[in-house]
Amino acid sequence: MHPVRKQRLIFVLFLVFFAGAAAALFGFALRENIDLFYPPSKIVAGQAPVDKQIRAGGCVLPGSIKRIENSMTKNFIVTDGIANLAVTTDVILPDLFGEGESAVLTGKLNGDGVFVATQVLAKHDETYMPPEVADNLNTADHVKTCKGLDYGT
Amino acid sequence: MGWQWFHRLGSPRWFYEKTGPWVFWLGLAALILLAVGTLWGLGFAPVERLQGNSYRIIYIHLPLAFLSMAGYYIMAISGAIGLIWKMKLADMVMKSAAPIGAVLTFLALFTGAVWGKPTWGTWFEWRDPRIASTMLLFFLYLGVIALQASYQNQQMADRFSAILAIVGTVNIPIMYGSVYWWNSLHQGATIKFTGGTSMHPSMLYPLMVMIAGFYCFYAYALLKSVRAEVLHREYRTQWVKDLVSSNRAV
Amino acid sequence: MDFQFESFGEFLAMNGHGAYVWACFAVTFALMLYLAFAPDIRVRQFIRQQKRLERRMAAARSGELESG
Repeated sequence: MHPVRKQRLIFVLFLVFFAGAAAALFGFALRENIDLFYPPSKIVAGQAPVDKQIRAGGCVLPGSIKRIENSMTKNFIVTDGIANLAVTTDVILPDLFGEGESAVLTGKLNGDGVFVATQVLAKHDETYMPPEVADNLNTADHVKTCKGLDYGT
Repeated sequence: MGWQWFHRLGSPRWFYEKTGPWVFWLGLAALILLAVGTLWGLGFAPVERLQGNSYRIIYIHLPLAFLSMAGYYIMAISGAIGLIWKMKLADMVMKSAAPIGAVLTFLALFTGAVWGKPTWGTWFEWRDPRIASTMLLFFLYLGVIALQASYQNQQMADRFSAILAIVGTVNIPIMYGSVYWWNSLHQGATIKFTGGTSMHPSMLYPLMVMIAGFYCFYAYALLKSVRAEVLHREYRTQWVKDLVSSNRAV
Repeated sequence: MDFQFESFGEFLAMNGHGAYVWACFAVTFALMLYLAFAPDIRVRQFIRQQKRLERRMAAARSGELESG
């Protein structure tokens, strides 16, 4: 290879290497901040700020959704299999929200350790199948991340 | 010798004359595949058990997301080739890939937003790692377009946009990893390079047709754009002058 | 493999998700049409411009001949 071209090739390789190293360092330094949400175990362990807007995410514990009569208030529990977080909200829940499904919540943690959500998002996974196939397989209608989760009961 | 084709590629005229017949066939293949895939995906693929019909957006969202990343590789690699070997054609490919990539990335974000509303419950989640890295990809494409537009000297424009494109490649593995390294709202990959897919075959086949159609479309759009760029940059040469006066260019 | 909808109206409605799905496809295909045909417009403009240039050069040459 011509020496000038070789020099330019080395320049390009250096460019990729240093940009990659910079991005990796940056990502490593910010790894906690890039996470979209706190898992319940971190919140329960006191690693999330109180009374400050944060996000929490986990699986909705089956049987935990309670609708308070004559109000919009819904209470439920999200879990990551390690710890349970009590959530209360009065916003409308998305269609894909349900027991045993994954959810991402925005809101504040109050002094009693209850998460007051002002936004509830449903997280779905990458499995796509027709309803009759799901019935035949007898798979529970739950997203993969929540399947086989030890609910810590 | 073995390298002859590579050196020939350096000749814009050879490229222009060689690829002329490809345009029609690529366009036809894209049209047929996209028509079949759209009809199949929208009308004949079964409903999804949880998402209902809204999942049908995947038939364009996923190919668009694939192409936004594949197009970036094409732009960065041709930029690197142009930088190292000073190959004119590679610079033209890099310049042409930028606006196409920008539009496709915009569409990937747009279709993702429209899909997010009925499924997640929100149009947009700025802080989601996958969405944020896709926004960055979009801005990298815009950066190359801006650099190309801001230099009078084409050589300078090509050099600086190639450097930006090469530095930006670090974003691609971040995009792939974003849904696995951090917790995010976006789901994981449906089609994985290793191991199977997590989609039922009755839904997967039309998706494959759509992916093939979008790749053909990309090749078609990029090829036409590069051919237009060849004429623009080679306007002084005799063969382009002959082409113009004989009305054979269009 | 069957058509999944009872009628064309249901196909458009998609059980309430029609607006989302059709909007995505419409916007995507519209912009793809633009990407497909923008190079043709550019080539046409280029040829028109080159021909104008050619004519002007030819006119300038004949003008020179007349005056000279």
